[in-house]
Parts: sequence; C-alpha cells; structure tokens
Amino acid sequence: MTAIRIEKVAGMLTVQDIGRPGHLAQGLSRGGAMDRLALIEAAALLGADRPLAAIEMAGAGAHLSVAAPMRIALTGAPMTAMLDDAPLRWHASHLVQPDQTLRIGSAQAGVYGYVTPAGGLRTPLWLDSRAAHLNIGIGRMLNAGDRLDCGDDPAPQGASRIVEPEARFQGGELRVTDGPQTALFDDDVLEAFFSTGFTRGSRANRQGIQLDTDSRFTSNHAAGLASDMIGPGDLQMTGDGLPFVLMAECQTMGGYPRIGRIVPADLPRMAQAPAGSTLRFRRLTWPEADAAFRTEADTLREVAARCRNLIRDPATIPDLLSYQLIGGVTAGRELEAGR
Amino acid sequence: MQAGLTPQILPAAADAVLVRFALRAEPQAMAAAQVMARQLDADTPEGVVEIAPALVSVLLRFDPAVVSRDDLVRALLPQATAIAEQRPDPPPPLRRWTIPAVFGGEHGPHLDDVAGSLGLSPDQAVQQLCRADLRVLTIGFAPGQPYIGLLPPAWDLPRMADLAPRVPAGAVVVAVRQIVMFGAASATGWRQVGCSAFRTFLPDRETPMPLRAGDAIRYSSIPAEEMAELSKRSDGMGGATVEVLE
Repeated sequence: MTAIRIEKVAGMLTVQDIGRPGHLAQGLSRGGAMDRLALIEAAALLGADRPLAAIEMAGAGAHLSVAAPMRIALTGAPMTAMLDDAPLRWHASHLVQPDQTLRIGSAQAGVYGYVTPAGGLRTPLWLDSRAAHLNIGIGRMLNAGDRLDCGDDPAPQGASRIVEPEARFQGGELRVTDGPQTALFDDDVLEAFFSTGFTRGSRANRQGIQLDTDSRFTSNHAAGLASDMIGPGDLQMTGDGLPFVLMAECQTMGGYPRIGRIVPADLPRMAQAPAGSTLRFRRLTWPEADAAFRTEADTLREVAARCRNLIRDPATIPDLLSYQLIGGVTAGRELEAGR
Repeated sequence: MQAGLTPQILPAAADAVLVRFALRAEPQAMAAAQVMARQLDADTPEGVVEIAPALVSVLLRFDPAVVSRDDLVRALLPQATAIAEQRPDPPPPLRRWTIPAVFGGEHGPHLDDVAGSLGLSPDQAVQQLCRADLRVLTIGFAPGQPYIGLLPPAWDLPRMADLAPRVPAGAVVVAVRQIVMFGAASATGWRQVGCSAFRTFLPDRETPMPLRAGDAIRYSSIPAEEMAELSKRSDGMGGATVEVLE
C-alpha cells in the first residue's frame, strides 16, 4: 500500500467516494462526492471498473506528493495544475513520481475539483464508504501533513489519458422531474418557476445550495405537512418561497414542500455552478426522464469509450526543460498530438 | 373519526416511489404507513433495494434494471389500498426498548410548563410519559434520531414560538403528541422535559444507529445521579435495554 501526502492546503479538502446508499431508514443520507460524474470520469481515465475514493477539493486545491509512482486523475472543476515546473492538463490522468510535487491551484470554473489516485484512496471505511460526512462528524477536512493511504497503481506504466468532460461548470439549464409534492403548487406557480432565471446564491455547502431571484414560489398547502423523505436534487421551498437545492449531505427528512427534483444526470451541473452563475429549470415528464436515465455503470462505460491517450504528456518527457526554448512554461496543449 | 385514507403512489426519483397515506400526520395514516413498511420488509417486491418509512409515507428505492416504476406502482397500489381500507392499528412491535431518563429540573426545564398546560402535576406528567405505549414512528433529520409517539391526545402541544436556545445531546423533547430524543446538541422549538444518556448515534459503536422504526419505547424515570453514572459508560447506551418480542 502506498500513500499520498498533503504538503500544503489551499481549498477545503475531504475524502469522497460514491457514499453510503441504503441507510435512509436510519436517518443517514448517502453523502459522497458532490460531483459524482467527476469520480466516474476519473475511473474512466484510470481504467477502473468502478468509481474510486478521491480527494474532493472545494474552490482550490493543494500541494501533493506520492510515496510510489502512481497515475492520478484530475477531474471535476478545472483547476490550475503543475507537476514540478510542467503544467498539467485537467480532465486527464498523469504519472506522478515520488520526487515530484503536484501543485493544484484555484478553480478556473466550477467549484469542486478531484484528485483520484489509480489505486484509490484506502482511508478507513465507515459503513462501507470512506466518504467524509462532515455534518454528522464522519471524517474531517484534510490538513497539510496528512498522509492518505492509497492502493498501489495496478498499471503505473499505463498511458496518460484525456477526456472531454461534459460541460457543467458555468451553471445553465437543469432538468427537473415532478416529485410527490409538485401537485401542492398551483399551476401558475409552477409555470412561473420554470420560466424564471435563478442565481446560485452565496449560501452553499455539501448539504444544500440556495438560489436567488426576485420572485417567490409558495404552496397554499405548505402549513402542517407531515415531514417525509427528502434527497439530493430536491428543490425545497423554504418558508419565504425561495428554492434551496438539497445536495449530497442533506438531511433525510424535511417538512418544507418540494416543487420537484433535479434529475441525477444534471446534479453535477448544480454542484459545479459557481456563485453568481445563472440557472434555469426545465420540467420533464416522467417518460422523458425515464428515457434519458442512465445508471452510473452505463455512464462509466460511455465516458470510458470517449477517453483517448494523451500523447507526449509533459510529465513523461524526461528532458522536458530542453523543449522550453523561450523560458517560462509551455501551455501543455501544443505537446499534444492532433491539436 | 377522520375520513378514510386514500393512498397515493407517486414518483419520487429516477429510482424511487413514495407510498403516501396522507399529507398530514394523522394517527391512522401513521399506522397505515407502519403496516405497509412492515409488510414490505417481510415480503419485499422484486427489484426494491431500500424501504424507508417516514411518518405517513414509505419511500421505496428500486433498481430500474430489474423493475419498472409502472410495474412497481401496479403491484403496490392494491396493497396500500387494502391497508387503508382496514384502518389498521400500528403493527405489534418486534422489539421493546426501556430507556432510563431524568425528567424535570435542569434536565427537563419545560416539564413544569408542560404539566401545567395539561392540568397535571409534574409527577403525573412523568407517569404518563413513562406509561405511554410508545413506538419509534420514524427516524430522521439526523442519523438514528427517533420520532416517538403517540402520547395521549392531551399532549398535542404546539411547538414553541421561539426556539429553545440549545438542548443537549440526549434531550427528551415533546410537541404534537410526539417525543424526539436528540442525537446531538441542537436548537429546537420543542419543549425539553427530560434527558437520557442514551446516544441515538455513535459512529464508532458496533451498531451506530440502534433504533428502528416500529420499535416500542418505554421510558423509566431515574435520578440525575444515576444518569451521571450511566453517561460514563463508553457504549453510549445510557443503560437502555432491548427485549426482542416474537
């Protein structure tokens, strides 16, 4: 077993995987990565057959080093990344050597970036998951000096790979299906909701994200509702009629009425919408939503089919400095075949 | 008596449906939801991967590769309708917990007010709490945290207008004929009548979240010194005992 060492921290870092499904009856929400697609893209880049435990970085990254040669995947919100003096492409996998430092800076778009080691993080399990669930005291934020156990890379000589990510880092349109409480809202409220532009509010964390707009969306049936099960993607109307989107670490039960639920495929776009970005909602019928539904296993196969080799990854060129004839760093991109 | 229940089965997510017996927390709908959850646990439809009962509804998650939502709805609707028509009592509990708690004083600052509004002495109120035939109605809001009921009808107390500044972990709070036992220190609009050393959620315990919906609960009133002793035990069970009823 090898390890990743955290040399310096800039963003809010936690260990995340696909979370803990199956405990709703005991009051425990699934949790896990805010952008599940980023874990799927990492698995596809690394040739893994299922998502691996990764470091989730909110807003900005960290300086990292490795105890043994390993490939790492960089996915989710694109962040500046340097391996020693060489810039690294995001949405790609790269080989990192123990004497190198991987420096990940600020997000260029989106919110949550991910570093995934090819062997997966092997930090302690709780209820079959390594995911931090800060709201209930499981796991913690990572600090400089932390050493995170990792599985050995099964194929450290594997080629660096790249993938075009699904665009999702600037807000945009989110598809919504009706939920059990949609009928509690009048038709004109629903119509107004789906024709309104919202701004991603400043109150946002792993539990939920507030949306801002001038209009209000209330239900006449809101008072006295019995609490029932809530989950990620639910558009919950708080007392003043502004939506709050429930996210990975939401509570399992709530009493505010919910106008609908963002479809799972679009939840990464919600998670990655930067503060101030614009969001609109489009109402799908259930047949439309079911026709568009893909399991995460299907999504992994589809993303894996889109990955391709990154030719001449700067990190694998031993005499890289001799290529830098004009001083400063290369943009990385011109070293890539076919561009 | 309220009008008959009309259960609905509604899409809740790409992989979930909700069986709902009422919109509001009516006792009959609560009983129906508990019966439905019990039946589903005992005889789970093919493709259903998770059953999560709330107060008046049951959420079912399913594997869309195994069963379609439409087929599931077709299978569940007659079952839910039959339960609603029977106007069932809550199902008999499978387990009974006895949970020691201190009532009144600093551990139950609102006990006197609550007793007063019921026209009872504090001792009489505690007797009613400890004699009530209580069940875990549902678990939620926080891991392992139970909603327990139903207390006698007179206990249909509204929530307070203001939040209590903060109640400690283990606080036994009451409102709307229900008891919540807080897993962690929290602000609440419910009234704190007691406190227990029982921790509803301890991550490192072999069973982190010991209570299950449908469990019977009985409180036993103990002196504060005894709770102080019980709270020193590392298992966080606060002296609670469980009896399996078959």
